[in-house]
Amino acid sequence: MTKFVQVFFQTLTLGSLYALIALGYTLVYGILRFINFAHSDVVTFGAWIAFTIAGVLGWAGTGSPVFAMPIVMIAAMAASAALGFTIERLAYRPLRKAPRLNVLITAIGVSLFLQNTGQLQAVFGKDPVKMPRLLSEEPLFRLAGVQVPLVDVALVLLAVALVIVLQWLVYRSKLGQAMRAVSWNDQIASLMGVPVDRVISITFVIGSALAAAGGVLYGLKYGQLNQTADALWVLLGLKAFVAAVVGGIGNVRGAVVGALLIATIEMFGAAYLSPQLADLYVFGVLILMLLLRPAGLLGSDTVEKV
Amino acid sequence: MTARPTPGLVGAVVRSAYPILIGFALAYVMQTVVAVSIGDYYSKIFIDVGIAIVLGVSLGIVNGYAGQFSLGHAGFMAVGGYTAAAIVYYGSIKLFGTKAIYGGSLGPGELLLCAGCIAGGVMAALTGWLVGLPSLRLRGDYLAIVTLGFGEIIRVLIKQTDDVVLSQKQVEAADWWTLLDNLGGGFGFIGGPRYIDARNPFWVWLFVVIVCLVAYRLKYSNRGRQLLAVRENEIAAEAMGIRTTKAKVSAFMTSAFFAGIGGGLYAHELGNSLRPADLGFQKSIDIVIIVVLGGMGSISGAVIAAIAVTILPEVFRSFSEYRMIAYALALIIVMILRPQGLLGLKELWEVDWRAIGRGLVTAPGRFARWLPGLPGRLRSALREAIDRRQEDRS
Amino acid sequence: MRSLATIGLSVLLAVTAGCERKRNQTGGGGGSGESGSGGAGGGVPDNRPVMIGHFASMTGSEATFGQSTDRGIRLAIAERNAAIDAGTLKGRKIDLTTEDDAGKPQEAGTAVTKLITRTKVVAILGEVASGLSMAGGQVAQQYGVPMISPSSTNPAVTQIGDMIFRVCFLDEFQGKVVAKFAVEELKAKKVAILFDQGQPYSKGLADFFEKALKAAGGEVATRQAYDTNNPDVGAQLASIKDANPDAVFLPGYYTQAANIARQARKLGITVPFLGGDGWDSAKLEEIGGDAVQGSFFSNHYSPEEETPAVQNFVAKYKAKHGAAPDALAALGYDAANLLFAAIDRSPSLSGKDLAATIAATKGFAGVTGEITINGDRDASKSAVVVKIDHGKRPAVKRYPAE
Repeated sequence: MTKFVQVFFQTLTLGSLYALIALGYTLVYGILRFINFAHSDVVTFGAWIAFTIAGVLGWAGTGSPVFAMPIVMIAAMAASAALGFTIERLAYRPLRKAPRLNVLITAIGVSLFLQNTGQLQAVFGKDPVKMPRLLSEEPLFRLAGVQVPLVDVALVLLAVALVIVLQWLVYRSKLGQAMRAVSWNDQIASLMGVPVDRVISITFVIGSALAAAGGVLYGLKYGQLNQTADALWVLLGLKAFVAAVVGGIGNVRGAVVGALLIATIEMFGAAYLSPQLADLYVFGVLILMLLLRPAGLLGSDTVEKV
Repeated sequence: MTARPTPGLVGAVVRSAYPILIGFALAYVMQTVVAVSIGDYYSKIFIDVGIAIVLGVSLGIVNGYAGQFSLGHAGFMAVGGYTAAAIVYYGSIKLFGTKAIYGGSLGPGELLLCAGCIAGGVMAALTGWLVGLPSLRLRGDYLAIVTLGFGEIIRVLIKQTDDVVLSQKQVEAADWWTLLDNLGGGFGFIGGPRYIDARNPFWVWLFVVIVCLVAYRLKYSNRGRQLLAVRENEIAAEAMGIRTTKAKVSAFMTSAFFAGIGGGLYAHELGNSLRPADLGFQKSIDIVIIVVLGGMGSISGAVIAAIAVTILPEVFRSFSEYRMIAYALALIIVMILRPQGLLGLKELWEVDWRAIGRGLVTAPGRFARWLPGLPGRLRSALREAIDRRQEDRS
Repeated sequence: MRSLATIGLSVLLAVTAGCERKRNQTGGGGGSGESGSGGAGGGVPDNRPVMIGHFASMTGSEATFGQSTDRGIRLAIAERNAAIDAGTLKGRKIDLTTEDDAGKPQEAGTAVTKLITRTKVVAILGEVASGLSMAGGQVAQQYGVPMISPSSTNPAVTQIGDMIFRVCFLDEFQGKVVAKFAVEELKAKKVAILFDQGQPYSKGLADFFEKALKAAGGEVATRQAYDTNNPDVGAQLASIKDANPDAVFLPGYYTQAANIARQARKLGITVPFLGGDGWDSAKLEEIGGDAVQGSFFSNHYSPEEETPAVQNFVAKYKAKHGAAPDALAALGYDAANLLFAAIDRSPSLSGKDLAATIAATKGFAGVTGEITINGDRDASKSAVVVKIDHGKRPAVKRYPAE
C-alpha cells in the first residue's frame, strides 16, 4: 500500500512536469504544424537561467526568503519567453512558406546551437550544479506512511494553475480565438484581420514561458541541473512530446491527459513490471496509439484536404 | 529519356552485375592507390565519409524520393550492425576458430564480413517492413514520430542483452540461439575482428558504389517516378493508380536494407565501437542532416553533404568548443537561404553551372546596387509598421 | 560521374591538408618533427619537447569527464616542465595535444589516428568511457604506440594488446572491497542494489558487488535498475523501501548518486549508502547535501591522507581550478606522471621500448596509491573505503592489492 501511494504521488508530480512541457509542443504544433525540437532546450535554458538568477540575487543557500521562489520563477519565465520569441523571429519566421521538413531541420539546428552554446564555460559550463533550495524539502504532510514534500505539492499546484490559465486563454479569450483561427487556417485568418505573425510570436512566448516553469520545477524537484547538452534533457523533451501526441497534439486538455497517462505508464511500469523497460513502455504506447488512433486520445480526426 | 526495349534475361543479369564490377574497380583503386597516397589519417576520415555516404544515400531513398520523413535510420543501422557483428564475431570463432582477422584481402574472413553486412541489411529490411507496413498508412510527421519511437525501442532492447561471450571455448560450446542474447548490452559489442581500417577501406567503397548506383537507377525507374509522385501529392498519385502504401513500404525496405549494411560497416571499422548509446536519436538526426543539406532526392548532393559533415568537424577539431555551434548555425542558415538543400532534386551534372557562374559574377554588382537603397527601404518599412500600429489602436 | 566525385574529394582533401600544415607551422613549431622511433637514446641530447597526446570528450554529454582528466594531466605537465626549468630534473619537456572526440567512438578512432600519424605523439593518454578507450586503443595497438587509460575499468580494454595499459583498479576488485566492507564493518546482512543499466561501469560494478556479497555471506535484498536519462527513481526506491535493506549500494557517477540519495532520504530510507570511485567529486556533497552524509565509498585515495603527494596535488589543483579534484583528475594526473617516469627510464622513445618500460613499472607512488603494472597491463593497487563526513573524506579502512 505504501508503495502504491508512493508511486501514485511520483506519477502525479512527473505528470505535471510532462504536462507543462507538453503544452509548449502542443501549442506550437497546433499553430505551425511542426515539431519544435528546440523546445526541450528552452526547458533546459529556463532551469539554468533560474539557477543563474538565484545565484546573482544571493539565494543559493537554504535560508532564502519566501518570495525568492516566485521572483526567480517569473524572471526565468520572462527570460525564456524572450528566448522563444527570438528563436521564432530569427530561425522559424523566414521559413514560414518553406516545406515543413525544412522547419523541422532548422529546429534541430536551433536545438544543437542552444545545447552547445549553453555548454561553453562562459555561459553555463560543463559541470552539473546544485539547484538552490528555494522551496523547503521538509515533508508537508504524510499519507499512508508517505511523506509528501512541499516541492511536489507546489509542482502539481503550479502546473494545475498554469493549465487553467492556458485553458482560459486558448478557449475563452480573444487572443485564444485568434490562435485557434490561425491553427485552423492561417490564410483565412489573415484575411479576416488576424495578425498571423504576431499570434505565432505570442504562441512561442507562452510555450517558452511554460517550458521555463517546467525547467525550474524540474530543477527544484531533483535539486540538480545537468549541463545543457546532456542526453537527459533530450529524453525529457521526447517524453513530453510523446505525451502531447498521445493526448492528441494541438489540444490543450489532450496534452495534460497524455502527460498523466505517460507518467502513469512510466512510473507504474517501472515499479511493478521492470524499471529497465520504462522507456520501452512509453514509446510502445506511442506507437500503439498512432496505429490505433492517430489523432490521439482527445484529438479529432481530420480529413485530408485534396 | 527515350524508351528502351525491355532487356532479356541476359541483359538483366549483365545490367545488375555491372554496378558490382564498377564497385570492385573503384574500391580497388581506393584501396591500392588513394588510401596509400593520402596517408592513414585522411584515409580513416575517408572511411567515415564512405559510411556516411551509405547512410545518407540510403535515407535519401525514403526521405528524398518518397518524401517520408524517417527519424529512425539509426535504429535500422543498429539492427544491421548488431546482426553483422554477431555473425562475423561468433561465426569467425565457429568457422575459423579465431577471433582475429582471418585470411588476407578477399580471403574467407572478408567474405564473412561481406555476408554479415548483407545479412544485416536483410534483417534491417525485414524490420523496416515490420515498422513500415502499419505506420506508412499514417501522414508524414506521424511517421517521423513512429520511426523515432521505434529507434528508441531498438536501443532499449539491445541494452537488455547480456555481455558478449569473450571466451573462445564457451562460444564453440554454445549454439547460435543462446548466443543471440549475447550482444553486449549497454557496453556495446566488443571483441569482433576489425576488417575495415585505414589501409583496407575496400568494402566500404564497394558498398558506397552499389548504394549510389542502386539509388540512381531507382530514381529514374518507373518505381522511382511513382515515389516522386507520392512525394508531390499522395492523393493524386493514388488517383493515378499508384499503390502508394506498397510503393512507400518498398522504398522504406530498400532504405533500411542499405542502412543495415551501413551499420555492418560501422561495426567493423577499426577505431570505432558498436554501442547502443551512439545509435540513438542523435545519430538519426546526423543522417537526416546529410540528406537535407545535400538536397532532397539528389544522390550526388547527399554524397557531397556526407563529405562536408564528416570533414568539416575534422577541420574545426582544434576549435572543439565552438565547432558544434558553428555547425548548428550553418545548418540553420542553409535551411533559410536554400530550403531545397544544396542541389535539390538535381544531380551534380544536371545543374546549370553556367547560370550559377553568371549569378556569382554579377552578384557583387547586384549587391552594390542593392546596398544604397537599404536605409530608405528600412525607413519606409518602419514607417509602415508604425502606421499599422496606429491604425490598430484607432 | 565517379571521376567527378573523386576530383571533388581530392580538392576537399587538398584544402584540409593545406589548413593542417599551415596550423602546424604557426602553432609554435615544436610538434611537427617528432618521430616516434627516434631518439632520445641516440646519444645527442635532444631538447625538443616530447609530444604526447590525450583524446577525451571535451564536448558532448560526457564533457565533464574529459575536462577533469585533462586538467589533471595538464597539472602534471606543468609541474614537470617547471621542474626542468628549475634544473632539478633531467629529461625533456613534455608537450600535450588534446583532441576532442565529442564522446563518439568513431571520432575517438579518428582523434587517435590523427595524434599518431599527424602529431606524431610517442604515447597516448585517454578515455574515461571504456567504449571510447576500446575504439582509440585498437588504433594505438595497430600503430604500436603505447596508450594509458586513466580510468577505463572494463577488463576488455587492456586485452586489446600489449600497448594498452591502465592506472585504475578493476571493478572486480572494487566490488569485492565494498562487499567485504559492508558485511564485515557495517554488519549489513541485506544490501539493496540500484544501478544504472545504461552505464557499463555501473552495471559491471553491480554484478561484481553482488557476486562478492554472496561470497562474503551477505544477501541481496533487491536489485533495481534505473536509466541515467531518467532522473526519477521513485518507483525503484519504493521497491527498495519495501525490501527493508541494511544498506543500499549505488554504483554509478556522483551526479546520479547525489540525486538518488536525496530522493531516497525524502522517501524515508535512512540506511547508509555505499558507492564506488565514481562518487569521488566535491559535487557529490554539494548536490547531495545532508542526504549523502555518513555514506561510504571505495576510492583510490583519501584527500585527507597526509602523504606529500596527495597534499601537493590537492593544494595545487585547488589553487588552479578553485575546486577540489575529483577521482578522474587524480587518475589523469597519475597516468601522466607514470608515463613521464617511463619516458625518463626508457632506453628510447620507440613504442616498443616505451611499452616495455611502462609494463615494468613497480611501486610507482601516485596520488591514487602505489601502482604496479601487472602481467595483464592492469594496475594492481590498494583501495580505500572512505566516509563522507561534512566536507572531509577520512579513510575508514584500507584494502591491499590482490
